[in-house]
Amino acid sequence: MQFSTSCSPFIPANTSVQRVMRQVLIALIPALASMFWLFGYTILLQLLLASSTALLAESACLWLRKRPIKAHLLDFSALITAALLALAIPTIAPWWISVSGTLFAIIIAKQVYGGLGYNPFNPAMAGYVFLIISFPQQMTTWQTPYTFLPLLDSLNLIFLDLSTWDGLSSATVLDSIKTAKASGLSLTDMSVSPLFGLIAGRGWEFISLAYLVGGLWLLYRKIISWHIPVAVLVGLGIPASIDSLVNAPLASSPLFHMLSGASICGAFFIATDPVSAASSTTGRLCYGALIGLLIYIIRSWGGYPDAIAFAVLLANLAAPGIDVYTRPKLSL
Amino acid sequence: MTHDTQAIIRNGLWQNNQALVALLGLCPLLAVSNTVINSLGLGIATTLTLVLSNGLVSSVRRYILPEIRLPLFVLMIAGIVTIIELLMNAWFYELYKTLGIFIPLIVTNCAIIGRAEVFASKNRILPSLLDGLAMGVGFSFALLLLGAFREVLGAGTLLSQAELLFGEGAKNWQINLLDDYSGMLLALLPPGAFIALGLLIAAKNAFAIKSKNARNAHEIT
Repeated sequence: MQFSTSCSPFIPANTSVQRVMRQVLIALIPALASMFWLFGYTILLQLLLASSTALLAESACLWLRKRPIKAHLLDFSALITAALLALAIPTIAPWWISVSGTLFAIIIAKQVYGGLGYNPFNPAMAGYVFLIISFPQQMTTWQTPYTFLPLLDSLNLIFLDLSTWDGLSSATVLDSIKTAKASGLSLTDMSVSPLFGLIAGRGWEFISLAYLVGGLWLLYRKIISWHIPVAVLVGLGIPASIDSLVNAPLASSPLFHMLSGASICGAFFIATDPVSAASSTTGRLCYGALIGLLIYIIRSWGGYPDAIAFAVLLANLAAPGIDVYTRPKLSL
Repeated sequence: MTHDTQAIIRNGLWQNNQALVALLGLCPLLAVSNTVINSLGLGIATTLTLVLSNGLVSSVRRYILPEIRLPLFVLMIAGIVTIIELLMNAWFYELYKTLGIFIPLIVTNCAIIGRAEVFASKNRILPSLLDGLAMGVGFSFALLLLGAFREVLGAGTLLSQAELLFGEGAKNWQINLLDDYSGMLLALLPPGAFIALGLLIAAKNAFAIKSKNARNAHEIT
């Protein structure tokens, strides 16, 4: 049933969950295209595996919970979770990685808490954290960019065996910077390494730019507001700038921080998840800045290569508290 | 078997299971349940403590002033745990080393002082001993389930390191469920314990509701 409001303080908005989620899926297309260009059919297979697992798991849970299956499947939220997870895991991970990660995301992180709207944590990131804690080896073996794999090879790789494909994988830049720092190399020594491109990781920078295009599309369509993405990037940029000013030759530039790993994707697509983020305007700024700061801290001193998932989950935990302290005051 | 005895046993094993319903003693439950053998070792030690402390508390219950009962319970439990710790140190030295701090920590297991307070200080010796046994077995049952779940998922084995408890002859008891299972680290780490316990409690509740519904339907027809 549609309620229409007639006079002024209201703005009629045609927003349904389905419309929002469809726009998010559209906004992921540039990133998907850039990953297809860099990695080949592996990314499509991961996406297919994750999506079909997500739809099956979601239907099974809804059936167990005696909820209308079709209506909930058509809100596309399970597909978003699957897509974000598939884009986040290494493209050459074996099939059971994306399947088990999606199962964890949908069943444990979403349906157990009561389904869409009740999940305190971002399901895709919960699935990612589950995977990187459980299977660190498979989750840190990334395909080298510009190694386009045809369909048959991709099928072989994902469903059969990884060990025969040694030349295909390499460390990511965030990884190699961590090891370089440990052995006392400066960033200028590092930047001649073939892993580096123009600004950040070779190839990876284009994926980040593609996410940026998608994110700007979401802003343009008013699906997300600017507060969280900007706050995340500022929260990450300020400590990174300070670091690069103080320890000039050793530290990585703020631009490098933003274009490596999943910073842009995290800022526009993951931190903005309306269910698990803070809700007031001030709250969103605090929430985003907290994520940015946590990304910087975990990247610099943490044990895992990238930090988006951990930062988002920690900020998810803080979101209800942030909401309490930033509740807009009523002036009576 | 009288009705009373049945009620005590049913309470301990299922209805008021200390780990799954009362949620007591979670610290050792979550920390030690990463393999079946560790679970079994801690389960036996906890059960023994529960039986002995219930018996001791019940036998001196007439002489304890209610104002100072809690410190006295703690003293008695601490004494019993120290005895058990020394016994394990003597007989199961390897397991004693593996379980480490969690044996002395049995003192702080709320389930034990809980049973002393709720049951043993108000009942005669025999029912108290039985209550301790039933509660201990119920707790060990939850520990074993959790240990098996986490060991199978985390390492793909079952009954590894059985020699800690059953001597050298048990070295080949280990069952490898999958040949090239690389392991799922999360299940062995603390978050895995929390998730597994949550699932176990959910399963227990689902089962209890189902059997209750079935009983109601049976009574109606």
